[in-house]
Amino acid sequence: MAATAATARQRSGWTIANIVAIVLALIPVVWILSLSFKTPASITDPTFFPTHWTWGNYSGILTTSTFIRPLLNSIGIGLIATLIAVVLASMAAYAVARLNFPGKQVLIGVSLLIAMFPPIALATPLFNIERALGLFNTWPGLIIPYVATGLPLGIYTLSAFFREIPWELEKAAKVDGATPAQAFLRVIAPLAAPGMVTTAILVFLFCWNEFLLAITLTATTAARTAPAAMAFFTGNSQFAVPTGSISAAAVVITIPIIIFVLFFQRRIVAGLTAGAVKG
Amino acid sequence: MTTTTPPVTTQELAAKDRRRARSSEGARAERRLGWLLCAPAVIVMIAVTAYPIGYAIFLSLERYVMSAPQLTKFVGLSNYGAILNSPFWWRALWVTAVITAISVAIEFVLGMLLALLMYRTIWGRGTVRTTVLIPYGIVTVAAAFSWLYAWTPSTGYLSAAFGNAAPLTSQWQAIGVIILAEIWKTTPFMALLMMAGLSLVPEDLLKAAKVDGATAWQRFVRVMLPLMKPAILVALLFRTLDAFRIFDNIFILTSGNNGTGSVSILTYDNLFTALNLGLGSALSVLILICVAIIAVVFIKGFGTAAPGTDLGR
Repeated sequence: MAATAATARQRSGWTIANIVAIVLALIPVVWILSLSFKTPASITDPTFFPTHWTWGNYSGILTTSTFIRPLLNSIGIGLIATLIAVVLASMAAYAVARLNFPGKQVLIGVSLLIAMFPPIALATPLFNIERALGLFNTWPGLIIPYVATGLPLGIYTLSAFFREIPWELEKAAKVDGATPAQAFLRVIAPLAAPGMVTTAILVFLFCWNEFLLAITLTATTAARTAPAAMAFFTGNSQFAVPTGSISAAAVVITIPIIIFVLFFQRRIVAGLTAGAVKG
Repeated sequence: MTTTTPPVTTQELAAKDRRRARSSEGARAERRLGWLLCAPAVIVMIAVTAYPIGYAIFLSLERYVMSAPQLTKFVGLSNYGAILNSPFWWRALWVTAVITAISVAIEFVLGMLLALLMYRTIWGRGTVRTTVLIPYGIVTVAAAFSWLYAWTPSTGYLSAAFGNAAPLTSQWQAIGVIILAEIWKTTPFMALLMMAGLSLVPEDLLKAAKVDGATAWQRFVRVMLPLMKPAILVALLFRTLDAFRIFDNIFILTSGNNGTGSVSILTYDNLFTALNLGLGSALSVLILICVAIIAVVFIKGFGTAAPGTDLGR
């Protein structure tokens, strides 16, 4: 009896804590969502929820190339950079996890060093270098730095994942008569896949989110990504503060993230904690 | 007890030599493969970071303003002298330090609470974890706009809640808003890192402590914290280095006006608004030095295990 009573009290305690955490996490998201539905006239109404609803903000930004193009840039640059980074990181992480060679420590150390760089320190010289090489304001001009800054994250996460794979299974499969290719594809690849998917998600999130390099290494919508474009939005008219448009833009670039997080929550948590847990 | 070993026969010696020769061949092949696999990644990383950093150091020794490139000349350390004598630099450094210290401290406490919640909650673990990942995943700029409009007078609910306040127009109130935005955005990340540390604490130890009569607080301070210390230090190191680089939130919330600029904002202004590559590069080098100092303090001073040092096994 006493046990169930205590559990009920515990349950309500945890419930309250859960609700507080969830509400605090969501308030700014709900706010920008509600702003995006407010009519331009009612923007100056500081109510949390819109009093007058409109889809106008969304139709405004989704029909203008000043936002569509950056959105496409974000998607394209993000996907390409993620692909390259994951491939290169997998190779390096495989080597770190399975092979013995001098310089392993140095590689990990150096890549962590790079992850901790203040991006502004890179933006300065890259700006000049890219102008000289004709890469300024181009897709490769952003993809290459993104790959380079995404690699440390990728190598770190993947080597933690790869370390957990029981590599003896490959030998066992060969003993059972599998060819090396079969052993790799049927046994190792399925074990490595979750780690690679997680790493790809983390790297893509990084590229999607990246702001500083995006505003310094681009000048027009030719290569500007969505977050950078938003910061320089002037909206539909010269005189109106484009609160509604920017809010709609913010929601549009947030939706894929929310979907990602909903579907891949377990993977993301596993990926972020894999490196920290020394297993 | 005799310590004489039986004499080694020449056959055994030859066999040992053969084995050693074979294993170093195998070892050499492994080394080559290892380097080969790592090469592309290393090349990209070095090309994009080592070379530009070297170039930045070179640029920082020049007087190079893009609007007058023909006046470019070598000026040695005078850029650094100009910066270190400038009150703008010291103010930006102070603001950055304050934001870093306060936000990391609060994130640590809140992150720990959140980690405990995510780890031990009786129900809804998946829901809480998913919702809490949203601040982590959301684009910083989008969240920054959310906070900007929230605190804008006659538009924002937070501004209205404080009597149509305009905190973004005064220095320390704006810094408070910036810190709030930072904390909201990165506490989930801290919580995740600490959750990893929490999973290292064995349940039996906690149960034993409970049996011995320890209160929840004592169990937390005497059992959990010491065992989590390595994970905590790594989390603090990452977050401190991250916080020092703060840029996105400040850029959107105040553009660095009213003395709220961080060192990164100051560098951006000098670089892209004033188009002064010499000063901008010198500032970048100084920021790098600060970051290096922070890392050294954490690793040597607090004994943080540089993460990944055990991955080399």
